[in-house]
Amino acid sequence: MSQNKSTKISSRQAEKKVREATGELITPAEKRYQLGWAIFFIIVSIIAIIPIIRVISISFSSKDAILKGSVFVWPVGFNTDAYSKALKTGNFLGTMGYSILLMLEACAINMVMTILLAFPLSRRNLRKSGLIMTFCVLTMYLNPGTIPTFLNVRDFGLVNTIWALLVPGALSVYNMIIMRTAFRSIDESLYEAARIEGCSEFRIMWQIAVPLTVPTIATLALFYAVSRWNGIEDQIYYINTSNLYTVQMTLKQMIESIAISAEEGSTTQMTPENVKAASITLSMLPMLIVYPFVQRFFTQGIMLGAVKG
Amino acid sequence: MTNKASERLRPDRRGWLKPYLSGTWQLYAMMLIPIIYIICFKYKPMLGIVMAFKKYTPFGGRSMWEMEWVGFQWFEEAFRDSLFWKSLGNTLILNLGDLLFGFPFPIILAIFLNELRSNKVRKTTQLALYLPNFLSWVIISGITSQIFAASGLMNNLIGALGGSTVPFLSDTGMWRGVYWIMGIWQSAGYSLIIYLAALMSNDPSLSEAAYIDGATRMQRIWHVTVPQIMPTISTLLIMQVGKVVSISFDRPYMMRNALVIDVAQVISTFVYDKGLKGGRFDYAAAVGLFQSIVGIVLILIANHASKKMGQEGII
Repeated sequence: MSQNKSTKISSRQAEKKVREATGELITPAEKRYQLGWAIFFIIVSIIAIIPIIRVISISFSSKDAILKGSVFVWPVGFNTDAYSKALKTGNFLGTMGYSILLMLEACAINMVMTILLAFPLSRRNLRKSGLIMTFCVLTMYLNPGTIPTFLNVRDFGLVNTIWALLVPGALSVYNMIIMRTAFRSIDESLYEAARIEGCSEFRIMWQIAVPLTVPTIATLALFYAVSRWNGIEDQIYYINTSNLYTVQMTLKQMIESIAISAEEGSTTQMTPENVKAASITLSMLPMLIVYPFVQRFFTQGIMLGAVKG
Repeated sequence: MTNKASERLRPDRRGWLKPYLSGTWQLYAMMLIPIIYIICFKYKPMLGIVMAFKKYTPFGGRSMWEMEWVGFQWFEEAFRDSLFWKSLGNTLILNLGDLLFGFPFPIILAIFLNELRSNKVRKTTQLALYLPNFLSWVIISGITSQIFAASGLMNNLIGALGGSTVPFLSDTGMWRGVYWIMGIWQSAGYSLIIYLAALMSNDPSLSEAAYIDGATRMQRIWHVTVPQIMPTISTLLIMQVGKVVSISFDRPYMMRNALVIDVAQVISTFVYDKGLKGGRFDYAAAVGLFQSIVGIVLILIANHASKKMGQEGII
């Protein structure tokens, strides 16, 4: 009788243990453990964004507070004088508009080129597609270097034109492979059916393949857009007229050569510190606004790259 | 590569051109512009490598091909140039620091983030850590001086605690530390997502079984979680080791300042300073070519090692 009872208890304990293991039942010790990690990661997250908050705070802080070093993470002596200076210097709003337009153009060119190459290469009945693929993939490993690349861009007469910022990076082979993988997942019998109906390959691409791969296209478009938005290397190499500079280069120049006149310094709250911070904040702003909405796509994008194989 | 079935559909293969023209010509037409682009902007610049073996004459409108051959003169000059060796050394030091400090950081975060059951905290942490990845190095270098300069946050804090100003950005040793820290700040979120994805695809029943068998938390982490992401770790590690002589341009270029140029001059910025800024295209091309060749050799070795270790190759 007692023997029977003890096995009954242990089977109940076993069940409890299983429920604990699967996370169905949470013990007090587990609860404390979870709380500990939650607090730890909230602190890590806060530390990660403090630098950004600090810059924003400095941009709104008063001269005295900054000079005394009493601004930490929150603005002290709130004012917006620094922004009026930052916006006046170097036609900031105009540059911002130009940069957004350039980003959209680059994104469109990149996507058209990527799709035009990825779609044919995704087709299983294409002759010599393996050879063409190797031809493309080799360029990922054979980098001619800065100087030969520059000489090439110069030979095409692109130096100091807007095309130097659009054409040399018109296609990323890496992204093309991701796009090709996405096209490969489409059942080719759809294409066969369309061809029997008399569709041209262009229409098959545009009306069947592209609509079926919208998530990948959106992700890649965002990757291209961000890399154009953040890119400065090509501007440093190929451009030396400031009217073709994007926000990034304008910001670089502003940080390097900010000057507050004696009059401005005595009548307003401007200091080089908060004007720099204001320029940085303005340049970050578009990214900070869209980031929460597009972050999901980028997370997916990393996975796409990881499975490229 | 060709599909057997589709070959059978087109039995009339007369002449070698025929199969290319028969129904798939439209596909080749689509590829035309991208392929021309790849030839013009990826393969044609490779011809420019001859610059490394020629004497560059900026005036007279002569093409690269008409300039005078000098053989390995620029390579010899580079190997005698102490600035070249310094740039190479700095490149290695900065990259190895990234490897030593930056590489383990996201792995540790991912393992512990995986312990967390709350989806909300996990998502928030990812959101916060991934954000700096979307900022350009111009912005990050601006943020760096707002944090580490004499009037920056760190020195404000040190000042408030009664310490004296620490020269984070002008002391060469400390500058390296700042360079690595900002690298972690910028890139940890990206790697974190890769590791988390690898952990998510794991079978939870392994960890559950270990729990029932009485494994402690640390034992479960060490004997269940870590082995499951080992393949991802070794692939990423080998990839980074293979890239140890190549360094991006914008990060060191934007992070450096005149006071630390001794430790901040790396191959990419050296090529820029000598070539595009200093006009010595020939010499800079030779330095760049040397770096590319060493880089390719290292990547091939890394790929070989990765296959030897039973991992998928990285190429």
